[in-house]
This record gives sequence, structure tokens and C-alpha cells, in this order.
Amino acid sequence: MIDKRVADLAAALEGISDGAVVMIGGFGAVGQPDALVDALAELGPRELTIIANNAGWSAETGIPRLMDLGLVRKIICSFPKGSTVFKDLFTAGKIELELVPQGTLAERIRCGGAGIPAFYTATAAGTRLAEGKEVRTFRGRECVMEEALTADVALVEAWQADRWGNLVFRGSGRNFNPIMAMAAELTIVQAHQFANELDPNVIVTPGIFVNRVVQVDSRVEKLLAAQKAS
Amino acid sequence: MSETIEKALGDDRVAMTRRLAGDIADGWYVNLGVGMPTKVADMIDDGREVMFHSENGILGMGPTPAEDEIDPWLVNAGKKAVSLTPGAALFHHADSFAMIRGGHIDLCVLGGYEVAENGDLANWTTPSGDILPAVGGAMDLAVGAKRVWVLMQHTTRDGAAKLVRRCTYPLTAPAAVDRVYTELGTFAVTEEGFRVLTLADGVSLADVQARTDAPIHG
Repeated sequence: MIDKRVADLAAALEGISDGAVVMIGGFGAVGQPDALVDALAELGPRELTIIANNAGWSAETGIPRLMDLGLVRKIICSFPKGSTVFKDLFTAGKIELELVPQGTLAERIRCGGAGIPAFYTATAAGTRLAEGKEVRTFRGRECVMEEALTADVALVEAWQADRWGNLVFRGSGRNFNPIMAMAAELTIVQAHQFANELDPNVIVTPGIFVNRVVQVDSRVEKLLAAQKAS
Repeated sequence: MSETIEKALGDDRVAMTRRLAGDIADGWYVNLGVGMPTKVADMIDDGREVMFHSENGILGMGPTPAEDEIDPWLVNAGKKAVSLTPGAALFHHADSFAMIRGGHIDLCVLGGYEVAENGDLANWTTPSGDILPAVGGAMDLAVGAKRVWVLMQHTTRDGAAKLVRRCTYPLTAPAAVDRVYTELGTFAVTEEGFRVLTLADGVSLADVQARTDAPIHG
């Protein structure tokens, strides 16, 4: 029998080791696997590479918490503004940043999950962010080669999940979650609700991309308030 | 400086934003950058249906909801609470940027540090490099949307030109901009350079040229 549900956060995160590449879903406060990230901070694997859109906000929780504990070696993201923890570490030269245009970040992750090793895009061609990258002209347009991103672990938030790991999302909570679920060796989901059986017509992420699911009540309202305050 | 120009420069930006909003056609799919461009959404006349796109997976974004109607699971690219309009759709980031990069978005409105007469856009970082660089979706939008209109003040606070021959700021994208909307008028980027489409009330071509580094064609 297939049952990807696990009892608690510790069971969900079992086996994450030092040096892991970890994708973390979410955009703003919405779709953040906040409980998984905070539990990862407790677990304390070091030398992590984080792939996410933002570098977070408050030092109390989320990605800045991981950074504040000295667990993060590098972050690959599009918009690292908003976190003083990251800013301080970055300006002190204690953390590496790979800055990627948001759409290129999304497509690199999608390709990682889809078995496409690299692709060409006009995004960033002729700019500072194309430096050192292979350039080719297609249909008269200069394009840069971008390599796919994969990860050891993806931490994902979903609205509902069933025991097969099928996922549905709510509002703008999809963002990077479905593509990150596809791109990691081990995909761990924090779902607001367990459902006995989801309607196959509405499933966004098929269970094949998911390894473990843990139920955690959404804290999105608190996260929104914290983000607003910062 | 004439009195009218002083008044135009002192204007609260409403007029230029309204002018841009008036040029958006019925049925367009439009992405609005953060800051001044977001105000465009409030200025679409009734009778025109415009679908607003948000990078984080929304088509059919509606106005800011009242405090008691906020859905905490729904934010825009600026991470602010939004609502949905009838006909809205939700999707993930790869699909969202396929809409952008794939040329499906009719118009993107962005802010700018500089626009060059060849359409080069600089709007993401300063020449010295910000202490903390951040790019977001600006580069994808600038190369991908069918039309890129820049909404910005005509000059910097110190009076330096922002419509220039060549950008001195790091580029967001080369040859990307189609139009520039400023408090002085609306300017198209053409093969000959900047060409006036509209001048604000009481503003002359000479007034514009005096505040522009590149030649302005009437």
C-alpha cells in the first residue's frame, strides 16, 4: 500500500544531511513550508545550499533563521531584499549569492524536474547577469544558456494532500511549490489538510513527485502579519 | 522655466498614470511592475475589460480587498493582499513566466532609472551595484512582454536626464522599451530614436528637449 503520510515533522525531515541542496517553496508569506523550515533549523544540517525566490524576512523564522544559525553556505534566488540577516552575512562575505532572474529561476527548476539539462533564453542576454554564460543567437535574438537546477530535498507547502501524495493548492500558494516538488530527490510536503481522496480532476501535483506528507495547520495569517511588520 | 512646466513637474503623477491607463486596449492581458505602475489598475475606465497578471501565478487580479475580505492565501508580486475578478485563473511560477517569456502578455508597465533612445532599459540596479542586488522578474518581463511601457519621472530628483542616448546604469534588457510615459508627455522608441506621441498640457517640444539627453523628434 502506498501511504506517504508521516506522523510528525521529525519523521518528515529524516535523513537530510550536511551539504544538502534544499529547495524551499513560497512567494511572500503564501505557500511557505514554514513549519518544515523551522524544524530543519532545529535539526541543524550545515553547509546547505538554499534555492528559493526570496531570502525571507524575520530572523525568527524561515530562511533567515537557517542563515542566522550559520547553516547556509549559499542561496540561489531572484530577490534577496527584505532580510537583514541575509544582508549582514552577504556584506560580510559569509554567504554566497547566485542571483537569477525570477522566470529563469522557475524554468531552471522546471527543467530540473523534467529531465532537460539546459535551455536558452533571451532573459538577461546583454546584461551583467549573463556574464560568463554561453551565448547563442536563435531567430535573430541573442540568448544565454541556463542550466537546470535539481536538489536533494524540496520543502513544499500545499493546501490539501492525500495518502498518495497528490496535492492541491489555494490562492497564490502554488508559486514555486509544484515545480520544486518535481525537481528534488526527496520531496517533503507540509499540507494544511489531509483528504481521504482528492478529485483527480483538480490535482495540481501528482503524487509521483512527492515522497512524504506531514499535516501542519497553516500559519499564513501570522506570516503575513510578520511580513507586513518588517 | 515656464509656470506650466513647474506645475507639470510638481504634479502628483496622477496625470501621467491616467494617460498611460487610457492607452490600454480592451481585452489586453497586462502585467504591472511594483511602485507607480500598480496605480494603473485603478485607472482603467469602466467598459474596458483588462486582465491583470501577477508573476506569482494570478491572471485576473482585482483591487485591494477591504480589511475584512482579505484572503491571506492570495497576494500579488509585491506581496500585498489582492482579490480576484470574474474569469481569474491561478497557476504556478513556470506557467506564469511562460506567459511572460512566451509573448502572451500584451503589455508590461515598468518603472525605470534610464531608457536609451535605442530602447535599452535600466531599472534593476545602480552603477556602483547595490549593496544587495535583487532582480525579481524585471529581466523576464522586459524581454518577454509584447509591449514594454516605462512609467517614470522625466528627470531624476537632481534634474539629470533619464531619457538618454546610452544607458549608464546596468541594463535590464537591450532594445526592450516601446514607449515612455513621463509627466511631460508620451514618447515612442523608434528607429530614429525618441518621438513625441503626446505632450502634456502646456509643455512644448523645447521644454522636453531641455530635460532630455537624447534628441526628441516632434
